[in-house]
Amino acid sequence: MCGLFCVWKMLKLKVAIFTLLFLLLSCFSAVAQTEEEISDTTASEEPSYRIPKLAPVTNLEVQDSPDDAGGEIELTWKLSADDTEDNGLVSKYVILRSQNRTSDFHIVGVANHQDTSYIDKGTQDGTEYYYKVVTFPKYEGEVRLTREEIDPLMDEFPEFTELGIKDVSMLAEYDRNLAAAFIDEILGISAVAGPVKSSAQWFNSKDLDTFIIGLVICTSVVIFIGLARGGRKLFLRRIGGLQAIENAIGRATEMGKSILFIPGIQDMDDVQTVAGITILGRIAKTIAEYDTKINMPVSRSIVMTTARETIKEAYLSAGRPDAYSDDMVHYITDEQFGYVAAVDGIMVREKPATCFYLGAFFAESLIMAETGNSIGAIQIAGTAMPAQLPFFVAACDYTLIGEELFAASAYLSGEPKQLGSLKGQDVGKVIAMVFIIVGTAFATLAAVTGSETFLEITNMIKSWFSA
Amino acid sequence: MDSNIVGVWIAAFLTLGIMSFLYKDNPWYKFSEAIFVGLSAGYWFASLFWQSLHAKFWTNWSPAVQSLFQGQFDYNLLYTGAGILGLMMLLRLVPPIGWISRWPLSVVVGGTAGLYLINYLVSNAIRQIGSTIQPAVTFPESIGWVQSGGVIIGNVLVFAVLLVSLGFILFGRSSTIDLPTPTKLFFFLIALVACGLGTFYSLSMPLNLTGLIIFMGVFCGLIYFFFSKEHTGFFGGAATVGTWFLMVTFGASFGYTVMSRMSLLIGRIDFLLVEWLKVVK
Repeated sequence: MCGLFCVWKMLKLKVAIFTLLFLLLSCFSAVAQTEEEISDTTASEEPSYRIPKLAPVTNLEVQDSPDDAGGEIELTWKLSADDTEDNGLVSKYVILRSQNRTSDFHIVGVANHQDTSYIDKGTQDGTEYYYKVVTFPKYEGEVRLTREEIDPLMDEFPEFTELGIKDVSMLAEYDRNLAAAFIDEILGISAVAGPVKSSAQWFNSKDLDTFIIGLVICTSVVIFIGLARGGRKLFLRRIGGLQAIENAIGRATEMGKSILFIPGIQDMDDVQTVAGITILGRIAKTIAEYDTKINMPVSRSIVMTTARETIKEAYLSAGRPDAYSDDMVHYITDEQFGYVAAVDGIMVREKPATCFYLGAFFAESLIMAETGNSIGAIQIAGTAMPAQLPFFVAACDYTLIGEELFAASAYLSGEPKQLGSLKGQDVGKVIAMVFIIVGTAFATLAAVTGSETFLEITNMIKSWFSA
Repeated sequence: MDSNIVGVWIAAFLTLGIMSFLYKDNPWYKFSEAIFVGLSAGYWFASLFWQSLHAKFWTNWSPAVQSLFQGQFDYNLLYTGAGILGLMMLLRLVPPIGWISRWPLSVVVGGTAGLYLINYLVSNAIRQIGSTIQPAVTFPESIGWVQSGGVIIGNVLVFAVLLVSLGFILFGRSSTIDLPTPTKLFFFLIALVACGLGTFYSLSMPLNLTGLIIFMGVFCGLIYFFFSKEHTGFFGGAATVGTWFLMVTFGASFGYTVMSRMSLLIGRIDFLLVEWLKVVK
């Protein structure tokens, strides 16, 4: 019995010890678990970003934009030390402007990272401005602000307002914690630069090359006009299409049919329309002499007025003012395809013997020329619209290509002004040919030999023609 | 009935009316044409009145006049000059003083010519010269000038052989050059070998002749448009080459523009099939 009692007591003691050990282990486990949980909780509360305070831009300089019409100020700076080409921390530079050195700055623009300049195009001439540039960080976190979170930010962080950041939507790419830390810990704010005023310049020195070339050509034109007025006979080569004009008018006269003249669909502010109307003057004179009919539907009111004046004068100079009628020129509509529909109708109903298309044309060129071709009219066209020339070349009997239209105008009118202008332009072409030959020669030598000197000469010549 | 459906049916009716011109002139076309012309003329009148006379003149001029009455000068008062010029145009309706309408015309023509002079000079002349200046030939890789010269001479020789061979192939068949058959065969074989060698050589070391082609095109084109000298001799030859360049350009432009015009036709066909007939969705 005593033995049994001893055994029972020993078992009880062991159970007690095991129980005690179990309890101790459980406590340690619980404590460890709690610490782990606390540790996890602490970790989750830490922000998910790691962005150091950004270095601001340096050497911020502001000046009135040179060679402009005013209203622009140019800012230049040295990049932030954190804005490197590879893995830089900067996402953009926000430009702030104020009329006060210490406050009231507001955003006027944003420059990309790696940009070292910005032009503020919204200034008022004569007003003093101060600028500073704020460096904004890149953010690669996953959390984004929602609209509901953005709106209260301005109230919560008045520093944004002081920085002039009025549009909080630009913060949407950053998370809330980052936004909170912006002001003091992250943004790089430059020193204030200024004051500076914008102003307009009378001369644009960048266009000096254009001025010199224009001056040379205009001087040539004036000289040749003077020579022509002085009675000097200026030579102009004959233009193929012009020789056909008189034959075409003669054909219409013999057939007893009318002549259709289309001056394009542009107004008198287009030089092609002016050239077309000048040729009309010569054509109208021949028509008056031959007593042929002319029909001229137009799409612009001022062209109608000018054409009537031109034809009237031509009939007067031909000694037949009584034969002139205002009905020869009539307005249809300004609408492009409405005009074409009407002209096509006139063509198929009146079946003119000759059609002239001299002026500025667009999509209507082929429609009209094709209809004219289908009625068997002899067709003479002239335009400087590159996209329409192929259609006229394909569908018409004669085509005055590009500048031939203006040359024809000068050739037919024989006016000293037009002849001198054409000769002056020829001088311009000679200058162009000389520079193209010389420039191409140096460029080729540079490419073949790899010589830096030839390359510099080539670039210098090209820079004269890069207006 | 939905008013939109009525509009679609009227549009389809007029579209087909205009298209009926492809058959021949007919009353349906005449009707559609008259509607088109009348409506567009009215539309343009209203459009020009509101967009030019009202928006550009009246809205600038009338506040300036009001400011003047308040003792302030507004630069928009200069629009008065434009208004006077516009009124002068209307004097055409009064025959005894109709000649005054020529003055505003002169202002329009002269002013526009001066305004566009710089634009045309820069875009059509100066920039074109700058863009034309580029190396006539460039090489696929950086090589010395001695090798470059060799490549140029080699390419020119191959090109010349190809031309001569082509000439023999073409003229060898004509009656004007009556060569014996073995000689023809001999030249034909030489031509074949030259073509093969030339192709191989060009593929192994081709020259980029883009710059040369652009130079030739611009230079010969300028000569074609040079009016102070007759197109004879070298000048005539260069002008002819200029004409070739122009015609090649026109051909390319023709094809390109025809394709863009197709979009206009497709637009109308799309309207007929999708909006009107609804046979295509």
